[in-house]
Amino acid sequence: MHEQGQKLNGSEIFFECLRRENVEYIFGYPGGALLKVYETLHEVKDIKHILVRHEQGATHMAEGYARATGRPGVVLVTSGPGATNTVTGISNAYMDSTPMVVFTGQVPSTLIGNDAFQEADIVGITRPITKHNFLVKDVRELAATIRKAFFLATTGRPGPVLVDMPKDVLNAECSFEWPDSVDIRGYKPTVKCHMNQVQKAAKMIAKAKRPLFYIGGGVITADASEELRQIAMAQNIPVTMTLQGLGAFPGDHPLSMGMLGMHGTFWANQAVNNCDLLIAVGARFDDRVTGKIDTFATQAFKIHNDIDPTNVDKNIKVDLPVVGDAKDFLASILTELPKNHEDRSAWIAQIMAWQEQCPMTYADEGDSLKTEFVIDEVSKQTAGRAVVVTDVGQHQMWTAQYYKFTEPRSIITSGGLGTMGFGLPASIGAAFGVTDRPVVLFCGDGGLMMNIQEMVTAVHNKVPIKIFLINNSYLGMVRQWQELFHKEKYSFTDLEESNPDFVKLAEAFGCRAVSARTPDEARIAIREALAYNDGPTFVEFRVIRKDMVFPMVPAGGSISDMLLARLNPKTMV
Amino acid sequence: MKHLISVLVENKFGTLNRVAAMFSARGFNLESISIGETEDAEVSRMTIVTRGEDRIISQVLKQLNRLVDTIKVTDLTHQPHVERELLLMSLKLTKTAQHEIFELINVFKGKVVDIKQKSITIEVIGSPDKINTAIDLFRPFGIRELARSGAVAIHRGEN
Repeated sequence: MHEQGQKLNGSEIFFECLRRENVEYIFGYPGGALLKVYETLHEVKDIKHILVRHEQGATHMAEGYARATGRPGVVLVTSGPGATNTVTGISNAYMDSTPMVVFTGQVPSTLIGNDAFQEADIVGITRPITKHNFLVKDVRELAATIRKAFFLATTGRPGPVLVDMPKDVLNAECSFEWPDSVDIRGYKPTVKCHMNQVQKAAKMIAKAKRPLFYIGGGVITADASEELRQIAMAQNIPVTMTLQGLGAFPGDHPLSMGMLGMHGTFWANQAVNNCDLLIAVGARFDDRVTGKIDTFATQAFKIHNDIDPTNVDKNIKVDLPVVGDAKDFLASILTELPKNHEDRSAWIAQIMAWQEQCPMTYADEGDSLKTEFVIDEVSKQTAGRAVVVTDVGQHQMWTAQYYKFTEPRSIITSGGLGTMGFGLPASIGAAFGVTDRPVVLFCGDGGLMMNIQEMVTAVHNKVPIKIFLINNSYLGMVRQWQELFHKEKYSFTDLEESNPDFVKLAEAFGCRAVSARTPDEARIAIREALAYNDGPTFVEFRVIRKDMVFPMVPAGGSISDMLLARLNPKTMV
Repeated sequence: MKHLISVLVENKFGTLNRVAAMFSARGFNLESISIGETEDAEVSRMTIVTRGEDRIISQVLKQLNRLVDTIKVTDLTHQPHVERELLLMSLKLTKTAQHEIFELINVFKGKVVDIKQKSITIEVIGSPDKINTAIDLFRPFGIRELARSGAVAIHRGEN
């Protein structure tokens, strides 16, 4: 611990700032521009550095950590290629509003612009994918800049912030000055909702006959699940959630409609189509949710609460915008709501009828293994309490459909950017942040190979993640679209001949690994994996190769035109 | 329709890039952009001319506000304002056209800033509409080179 006013070099200032921001973990990789930082790090004992094997892995780990804990993830990488390797992870965090601070080394400031060795204009490259970024040109600005970076990353709508630190700045000395407060004159996020708007919203909610909550990740970010639960239960209002909103409301409660949108439940989408009041909180009317905009929730008066004003009226014109923090919004609604409300029993009964018409069930395929079964089984064995991390594709949608999320901060998934390769490193980061709940990864065979090198990080640090590989030896979601919409031209989606032996591969990394081919084998493998906590454990599930995710709304279609095929033959229409 | 937006921004490197990049990333129209220091050396003023229907313009204003380096965003379009643009233009000078050129310069209250035997350089200040008209009318004489500053604008004073 260093004191205010003490003479320090840039590297010492860097760590002192992280200390004052209560940083637990840095996910990083050393390099030429960071030699001074790693020299200082050698003596730092109170901040743990996790060595990754690729800088993209570091960014996803930081995101997994941030999403699991609600605290900013921290990344440290060198200049040039180290910095450019973070681009996908930063972009992912930007799309999913994850608080993250990425520190990049830079060539000495005298060489910037000279095409120096390992130079890249990372501030220029990341401008459109960061909430904000900085190039520190003088060691005297370093502490204040880092303070600002954490402030920006974690307040308002959270997001990634990048700080580029030239080598000479990290070597130079100055007196350490930690600012008492942060004031950025162009940055004043609206946290407190406008009371008039809240009162109008409360009135609309009380008198609605067919209301529906449409909940996004903003409710989890704002830690507003409790307020949501209270309103929904007191007022008998059904709740549907986006992919990122899952867990904001308990999935096993009768008022939970599950996920809406492209692969959402039939009854959630029917409810959207038929509700007279749609209350969107911390959601952004993404195209995967709305389908064809002209036909989305046409009967509904739409209330939209979001902390980011740009989300309001961006995709859908709403009737009552309320800019502000989701927790402030829901807490204010709770106090403003009258005790009496409209009778909603007919509305709930109608939704139950849709649910019976087309339930989320899957066929028993005898000894063959279905992904839905694997996810359902993990959900049961963990009682819906695991932190579930996914990669991107079919298994991701099946996870959203069949895992019964009961708590917030339980699903960590790449929603906006859809980054294959996100899952494995994100699960490692999540497991550093959360130690009192199991961390489970569902990953496809395509995505696993995209950041497979981070198996080293998991094994070396004995991270007790459960790696559940859903292996159909296809890029399954692309294959599904090829089958449905592209004349069954299966271009480059069959991986069977090229995939490695995954069990041997995991073992080569030093990871305990088994393969399961039947429901019985799967049940046992899941039980054993959940009981093993001395490091990562790997289970390969050899699932039916050509299964498809249903229900499904074709891209750009109306959500009333869901494809129900193969979901349940008795409801095929 | 056309909108005239005035933006106060932090006078830092990269700010112009942040604004311009936001316009291109989101597919907004950017007709002109001009930037210069204000009475406060730490603050620059950008004047942006853009086009779009109301829904788009509302997004433009919100996205501008969202940038950390923007301090204040004002849509001047429907407020009392003064808008000016500077045109510098070099024309071919011939004996036959000489008279007409000078007459036109007078009409537009322009100035001759440089004159040689075969060329004349003039400046015209006015609204972008006036500048457009000036260019149209001078074009038959043969424009050798032309530069426009883009619009700058501020609020009209109060009583």
